[in-house]
Amino acid sequence: MSERPEVSSGTGDEAVKQQEGPSRRTFVKVVGVAGAGLVLGVSFKVFRGGPGLPYTDAAFAPNAFLRIDDDGSITVVVGKSEMGQGISTALPQLVAEELEVSLEQVAFEFAPAHPAYRDEMGMQVTGGSTSIPMGWQPLREAGASARMMLQEAAAQRWGVPADQVQMRDGRAIHPDGSTLSYGELATEAAALPVPEEVPLKAPAEFRIIGTSARRLDVADKTTGRATFGIDAGPSDARVALVARSRVFGGKLRSYDASAALAVPGVDEVVEIESGLAVVADGYWSAKKGRDALAIEWDEGEGASLDDAAIFARLEGAVAEGGNVAREDGDLTAALAGSGERVTAAYRLPYLAHATMEPMNCTAILEDGKCTVWAPTQFQDAPGMTGGGARQAAAEAAGVGEDDVDLRTTFLGGGFGRRAEKDFVIEAAELASKVDGAVKVVWSREDDIRHDYYRPASYHELEAVLGPDGRPEGWHHEMALQSILERLIPGWIPGFVLDWMGMMPNGIDMTSVEGAANHPYAVPSNRIACATVDLPIPVGFWRAVGSSHNGFVVESFIDELAHAAGQDPFEYRRALLGEHPRHRAVLEAVAEAADWGGPVPEGRARGIAVVESFLSYVAQVAEVSVEEGRPRVHKVWCAVDCGMVVNPAIVRAQMESSIVYGLTAALYGRINIEGGRVVQGNFDDYLMVRMNEAPEVEVVLVPSGDA
Amino acid sequence: MVTFTINGRPRSVDVPDDTPLLWVLRDTLALTGTKFGCGIQQCGACTVHLNGAPVRSCAIPVSALEGADVRTIEGLAEEGVHAVQQAWVEEQVPQCGYCQSGQVMSAVALLAEKPEPTDEDIDQVMSGNVCRCGAYGAIRRAIHRAAELAREPMPITDQDGQGGDR
Repeated sequence: MSERPEVSSGTGDEAVKQQEGPSRRTFVKVVGVAGAGLVLGVSFKVFRGGPGLPYTDAAFAPNAFLRIDDDGSITVVVGKSEMGQGISTALPQLVAEELEVSLEQVAFEFAPAHPAYRDEMGMQVTGGSTSIPMGWQPLREAGASARMMLQEAAAQRWGVPADQVQMRDGRAIHPDGSTLSYGELATEAAALPVPEEVPLKAPAEFRIIGTSARRLDVADKTTGRATFGIDAGPSDARVALVARSRVFGGKLRSYDASAALAVPGVDEVVEIESGLAVVADGYWSAKKGRDALAIEWDEGEGASLDDAAIFARLEGAVAEGGNVAREDGDLTAALAGSGERVTAAYRLPYLAHATMEPMNCTAILEDGKCTVWAPTQFQDAPGMTGGGARQAAAEAAGVGEDDVDLRTTFLGGGFGRRAEKDFVIEAAELASKVDGAVKVVWSREDDIRHDYYRPASYHELEAVLGPDGRPEGWHHEMALQSILERLIPGWIPGFVLDWMGMMPNGIDMTSVEGAANHPYAVPSNRIACATVDLPIPVGFWRAVGSSHNGFVVESFIDELAHAAGQDPFEYRRALLGEHPRHRAVLEAVAEAADWGGPVPEGRARGIAVVESFLSYVAQVAEVSVEEGRPRVHKVWCAVDCGMVVNPAIVRAQMESSIVYGLTAALYGRINIEGGRVVQGNFDDYLMVRMNEAPEVEVVLVPSGDA
Repeated sequence: MVTFTINGRPRSVDVPDDTPLLWVLRDTLALTGTKFGCGIQQCGACTVHLNGAPVRSCAIPVSALEGADVRTIEGLAEEGVHAVQQAWVEEQVPQCGYCQSGQVMSAVALLAEKPEPTDEDIDQVMSGNVCRCGAYGAIRRAIHRAAELAREPMPITDQDGQGGDR
């Protein structure tokens, strides 16, 4: 295996290797030396293509990645959001490995929102499958630096050379067998210089990385003790529900709050940017108060929009043709060939994220300081790039960003929804307009009807097969809304976005990822995307573009295999010659499922392979049709996600993504009528449940990078 | 004023009659282990035990609670590590964890009713609890494991004990 994993460039193209070398070492610093114990700050902030903010001791002062107190407690400060993906275990595993402690000796806490925790893209954000690749080097270096400093402190105490001091399980061991705990050494270690050269373990030496160590968050998540956003903040916080326009873009015209204010427990009704907030002593009074509001909305033009109009727009845009995302070979000649022509069209609906914990956020503004408790995936970014939750809260509350203390809680699901800032803005704005702490809680209906949805999309594909049945030309035209257009500040010139790979040729890379880079060996290709402007809010939804393009490309290649009369596994395999990692997972899953072997009566199997954010996944699904409905009985899954820090967590993530994808395939559908979302709760936005969850078998495929 | 027993202790609350038990627990009694997911008995995140039976607390008005016995996830934990919670840790069930209080309370109720549940029993009872992280396979394994633990008294295990690859 490689010494370090690949790092996603965010564009889904070839892997970018993490920078080698000691330059990063300058970002390890001792902080907090005045107190007892050892605190190491490390930064992964290397803004690609240009300098980030200057690194100063002041910037590190309140922050750290690793803290060893003189009582021996070891805390890894996690700058990422824990939303189920296991990062609050995996990052401590990286530190513990090099620090020479067991994971059980380590606790974690969530970092504050602060520039010190910004990543290589200049953001403190959890998304895009980047946490492990970006944390891999600096967190191991933090652990190794601390271990070396503790070792040196022990050596000086004992008057022996440092290389004669063994470090193991949180103790320094003298050649004569006597020991000192890390806690006993921490304060002395903090007075020592940070080592210049920090050798890291080779993978063969790993004892914690690569093991299914138990998650550090599971005990609290089994006893009800874990604090999610909805549980956080001062105990005297009041609760607010916000009435928002059902029609996207609608504005408050007039209202009568008298009946709402008459509801026992309702304190006040406050206008905020997103609507009308009812502030009460608890959720139930706030909800009754909101139900009692009489509101007239100025719904605007959006009120006439429905599914038929939306798909007419998308289909019209495909007919007109979009911007070219990929063009190679001579497609015109290829499609003029005499072989069999296969065409297909795919319509994919809007999808809501439906995190189990509805959106919420708590804030208080006191003496010009705003404290925010937020279940957010996106804490911090420079204001000039649009900012993260901290910057958004500052603007909404009318204070400077340094006056915002944003604390991240556990997230009851994220899936991209919590990379948005709308729920944070509501709480911060409301906190600036009422006394004391206020917790804005969304009902499930609010959550489903005011999401940033996976964009609806329309796709037309055409291919012509050669004499061997293989496609000679591949033409894919799609139309959908852009996610990034809303998020990228207007001042960034197009050529910069092109260069960064975010908007190549004016195309949102999240629209075409999984399609423009389809892995199949086809001599001539044209993949084009028309960006359509519609008033439905769209955002990042698990896997983003690959969630629709993976479905479209894999469905179409299956159509081609069928037209060619070839086995869908062999057909794909033959076309993946230049993509060994795709091929390896495809072959692994075929072997695990005994592809081609006997299948139970009444069942059939399908196979697919997709790369997303540099994870390569192939699956075989065994399906039957029961009472006219598909039922998935079993899914075999082979995954190569590069370096595996915790195999059990990777397996859990794969099971999770299979259920999430199956839910989308079987039920996922947000419909628009009269400019409004039709669905509202789990009775009409259905979830796969225990009785429909397939058996899942996961195979971890060693990285093709080996 | 309504008086009922919560996790073995009598409590009186003075809230409007139609206030659901869920919000009495969370907003009045600060027992936030019980979670809000849908408000319409569809997701099971708010599952607690009422007089020993699993209920969706979002749908039980406080007026129905006079003299009742309510047990929440906090109460379960106070009784020591329950076999279900131990199995949940062994199988590393939770991902985001938000639904897990409800999952655990439903599983405890299932095992009280059926100490040796079949997969069909699990489907029937646990399908009322949505897990958006899709941890259903782990939940199923953990319920079977909890049945084993309850059957064969195990030595006391540290809840945070070391695990291995499965």
